[in-house]
Amino acid sequence: MSSNQRPAGQAPATAPAPAMAPAADPAPEPGPVAGAAALVRMQGVTKSFGSFTAVESVDLDLRAGEFFSLLGPSGCGKSTLLRMIAGFEEPTRGTIAIDGRPMAEVAPNRRPTNMVFQSYAIFPHLNVADNIAFGLRSPGQSLSRTEIAARVDEMLATVGLGGLGQRGANELSGGQRQRVALARALILRPKVLLLDEPLSALDKKLREQMQIELRRLQRQVGITFLMVTHDQYEAMTISDRCGVMFGGRLAQVASPKELYQRPVTRQVAEFIGGINFLSGRVSARDAESASVEVKGFGTVTMPTEPAIPAAGGQITLGLRPERFYLAPERPAETEVAAAATVEDFAFYGETIHYYLRLDGYDAPVIAAVTNFQRAAHFAPGDRLFAGFRGRALVALP
Amino acid sequence: MGQGRVARGIALDRQARRGLMLTAPGTLYVALMVLGPAALAVAYSFWTQTYVTLDRTPTLANFREIATDPLYRTLILRSVIVAGLVTFLTVLLAYPVAYYIAFHVYRRKALWLLLVSIPFWTSYLLRVFSWKLVLGYNGVLNSALIWLGVIDKPLEWILFDVNAVVLTLTHAWAPFAILPIFVSLEKIDRSLLEAAKDLGEGPFRAFFRVVLPLSMPGVIGATLIIFIPTVGDYVTPALVGGSEGAMVANLIQVQFGKANNWPLGAALAICAMLCVTIAALAAAALLRFLGRRIR
Ligand SMILES: Nc1ncnc2c1ncn2[C@@H]1O[C@H](COP(=O)(O)OP(=O)(O)OP(=O)(O)O)[C@@H](O)[C@H]1O
Ligand SMILES: [Mg+2]
Repeated sequence: MSSNQRPAGQAPATAPAPAMAPAADPAPEPGPVAGAAALVRMQGVTKSFGSFTAVESVDLDLRAGEFFSLLGPSGCGKSTLLRMIAGFEEPTRGTIAIDGRPMAEVAPNRRPTNMVFQSYAIFPHLNVADNIAFGLRSPGQSLSRTEIAARVDEMLATVGLGGLGQRGANELSGGQRQRVALARALILRPKVLLLDEPLSALDKKLREQMQIELRRLQRQVGITFLMVTHDQYEAMTISDRCGVMFGGRLAQVASPKELYQRPVTRQVAEFIGGINFLSGRVSARDAESASVEVKGFGTVTMPTEPAIPAAGGQITLGLRPERFYLAPERPAETEVAAAATVEDFAFYGETIHYYLRLDGYDAPVIAAVTNFQRAAHFAPGDRLFAGFRGRALVALP
Repeated sequence: MGQGRVARGIALDRQARRGLMLTAPGTLYVALMVLGPAALAVAYSFWTQTYVTLDRTPTLANFREIATDPLYRTLILRSVIVAGLVTFLTVLLAYPVAYYIAFHVYRRKALWLLLVSIPFWTSYLLRVFSWKLVLGYNGVLNSALIWLGVIDKPLEWILFDVNAVVLTLTHAWAPFAILPIFVSLEKIDRSLLEAAKDLGEGPFRAFFRVVLPLSMPGVIGATLIIFIPTVGDYVTPALVGGSEGAMVANLIQVQFGKANNWPLGAALAICAMLCVTIAALAAAALLRFLGRRIR
């Protein structure tokens, strides 16, 4: 992790760019009101196993009613963070409070959280209804048999398992097991539902269907969902906000759109979707905009960002593949363009990715065009022009 | 396609044949050494001993005698009760040990299991004799109690009684109970325990609602492994049980030995076997039922 990286989730004091500050999320996106009181507040949360630090000084606020995804590569500490909120691990340092109440001395069975385990942890000796009713029969709840039965039936219907209450735990498909795990946790109406890669065991089709369903369910019950995933598309499609973790640290917290368009580090930019890195030199900068000379392309104007150094400084610029314009002639729509050779392409159905060889660049850049743009169909070896607009660039530290 | 199916049929056949060949020695041995003698015992039980000769006319007289003479009933009943008690105590004492090894030992589990099996390193007879030394009239226990001033003359009821039989057998069987229970506990997915806690249960109730029912197969296994051979045990009662602690196997031994009444001995053995089967099935069914009841 680079040393000059900004602490996660904090807008630098000088930043005029609202997009950088999660607390001032301009959010036309659906989701909770900005500035709403934090339901879960983590401050300086650190977890060490022996000499190894799995989670390092994480500050994170979850708002009531939001769908938050924790995203990151394998082993970056997502599960550990989740397990600390659930109470299965004690933070080595730092505090976790839920609804204003410190959780330090609170046992997992007394926390207002429930968890959907990665393995689902369905009780194999109980049928579906008894699995779902498990928490309702715990001493914390005092419900009559009929109340329990009624709530189980209602929950079965909510998660689409109506009529399967008497099925044995070992007679369920992957998707059904997932629903049982979800129902079993939701029926207790927790303040926060923790989901540890709830969909990773499902095949692609089912996963996409369950993503939509999870989102619908979350809106319906209005409970705060904190979901761990290492699938960036999953996180982006269903969350109000995402947090990206690398090596135990929270690198960025933002809405999916902002995360994609305004990543704060190269690592985040690379993790969320494909991106090209171009090198540039700042030729002029004021409070509003900056002129940057992009290697191989020419000089563009882009809005000033904190990551842009003063005039004369070198800068790395991120450019998403779909922000390229490709044309056989120099495109009129874009500020700059460069001649390139098509090295290869990959056909994805709705999009085509071209691998372009540019003068002055070692690695090929990737440009994505929609299949619909018939004008932009090329073959390997073709010469073409690749252009983009200044505002498509992201300045990266 | 048709050819493929034929080829697969042959392959299966070959596999089946290999399976048969592999199991044949065992099957043959069991047939010869278990089924043969058992059939012989059944045959004998319907015959009559007339001094030195054997009357082979089928008769139920032996069974009638067993049913009417209270001595036989007492001994069979005592055997079943002693075996039940031994089984109950052994499983009860073994469970915590198995639980501890499965859930609280993280390194060197194998070493712990080895330690559990140490009693097997000496012969069972030696172990029974050791108990005799401990429990005897002038044994370690009585001497110690007298020296401590707890009693002023040796307790007699400790040795040559049912208590001694139960104590000795419970100790002897412990590893047989610990191992199957350990295996069933070890198999339990740890996330199930976390799930139980997450759903609002404290440690004790989580154990009762999740661990206990899931370890039932091990408990049932241990119960059967201990109960069945204990009913028929005759070494222990013979050595530490005295006349008060005698069990049905001792009686059977007498019939085949001193009394030289093989048909009666065979009939007793068959009655004992039937009782064991019924009691064992009932115990297993009860445990399974109880395990299923927990929700
Ligand atoms: N009980 C533990 N003892 C020692 N190290 C641990 C323990 N639990 C987790 N770790 C380590 O902490 C790091 C983070 O683990 P964690 O399970 O949180 O990763 P993750 O982000 O959930 O990864 P994945 O996506 O693979 O589930 C890993 O390197 C892991 O080896
Ligand atoms: Mg994980």
